[in-house]
Amino acid sequence: MIKDFAYFKASTVKEALDLLEEHKEDCKIICGGQSLLILMRQGLVAPKNLIDIKNVKELSHIDFNQKEGLKIGATTTHRAVEKSPVVRKHFPVLIEMEENLASVQTRNWGTIGGNLAHADPTGDPGPIFIALNARVKVSNKERERTLPLEGFFVDYFETVLEENELLLDVHLPVIPPKTAVVYEKFNIIKNDQGIVSVAVSMTASDDGLTCKDSRIVLGAAAATPIRAKQAEQLLIGQKLDDGLLEEVGLKASEESDPVPDIHATEEYRRELVKVLTKRMVKKAWNQSQTLA
Amino acid sequence: MEKQLLHITVNNEYHELYIKPKRLLVEVLRDELGLTGTKRGCNTGACCACTVLVDGAAVKSCSVLAIQADGKEVTTVEGLAEGDKLTPLQRSFLDHGAYQCGFCTSGMLISATALLNENPKPTKEQIKEAIHGNICRCTGYNSIIRAVQAVAKGQYREAG
Repeated sequence: MIKDFAYFKASTVKEALDLLEEHKEDCKIICGGQSLLILMRQGLVAPKNLIDIKNVKELSHIDFNQKEGLKIGATTTHRAVEKSPVVRKHFPVLIEMEENLASVQTRNWGTIGGNLAHADPTGDPGPIFIALNARVKVSNKERERTLPLEGFFVDYFETVLEENELLLDVHLPVIPPKTAVVYEKFNIIKNDQGIVSVAVSMTASDDGLTCKDSRIVLGAAAATPIRAKQAEQLLIGQKLDDGLLEEVGLKASEESDPVPDIHATEEYRRELVKVLTKRMVKKAWNQSQTLA
Repeated sequence: MEKQLLHITVNNEYHELYIKPKRLLVEVLRDELGLTGTKRGCNTGACCACTVLVDGAAVKSCSVLAIQADGKEVTTVEGLAEGDKLTPLQRSFLDHGAYQCGFCTSGMLISATALLNENPKPTKEQIKEAIHGNICRCTGYNSIIRAVQAVAKGQYREAG
């Protein structure tokens, strides 16, 4: 049973920030509410104040240009991303992610900003966005700031957002040349939340013979999405072979810090991190070779 | 907590009613407006039995606050047929035995209607994708898919 709350509806960012400043104590922002309402129904979250930004149209946008890359507003639905021609052309990995994210119903109403701000470590966009070197713009009434998405997540369902701050948009820079970005989540039921997910970006060297840069990001393998930085380091400057692939998988598994739950034990998740990391690194390597 | 005024158009009928902001859309449809065709299944957002159209998009009415549908147009299963005249999809469901126990049917019909509105000639894969979230505990998915396929193939055009 959902507890009563005071409800405020914002139509602009300014209105939302004013409302947030006024009611920030014991307050939650709702947009699509596809995750929040589940927690509210279970009584795990019971805010006194609820600010609705679903109708803040200025935050519902997908913009792309060759210089700056892709900007997705916080209130943009998953479905809008999935159906976006520019996303399909320039960030096809996001289409694949969306098509495997929950149901059409959820994607029709749930939003990118809501997903990130909810900070569920099983969330799909987080790991891919981090692999794509995303930055997020957040704002309170006084000032805006941008920060790497990598530093946005603090803990389970916790972000760096201050109580008077709102997430405005996420910015994905243009994917560098000779770069492949791949993602896979492992789950028991298709489109369910991931038991573990792995996103890998890999840039081939100019001559195409070695890995110039790589990001390996693990989802549901710790309290937040995390980068397997030591595993990434093993790849840089190297040519991928079976031995190195094994080492990278093992290292990522060591770097993960999975929490057991009803879906999987810690050991099982570590094994999945190893297997999926190997699979994704190999796929990214192969794809980057075709681009080189 | 103070009630708030909700303006909502359901199946082309405009309503104004005072509700607590915590009321879910499914509760308002069923308990306030008496439209019990929309089913409350799992009530946790997992089964899609409560699917309705909000401004043409299929959403789970158990996972949307009614107040968030303020000013919007909602279509429930009651809004599909015109009087006694069933839609092609509803007739196809009958012919293919896709109703079964009936509990998931309203959600299935709405999800498939949303698909056909957007894409009148979906492939089998696209049909499966569109009803992926809708759980049928009779597990009669094949007859449901066949019913949607028949409409996509134009077998129910103009008839009835």
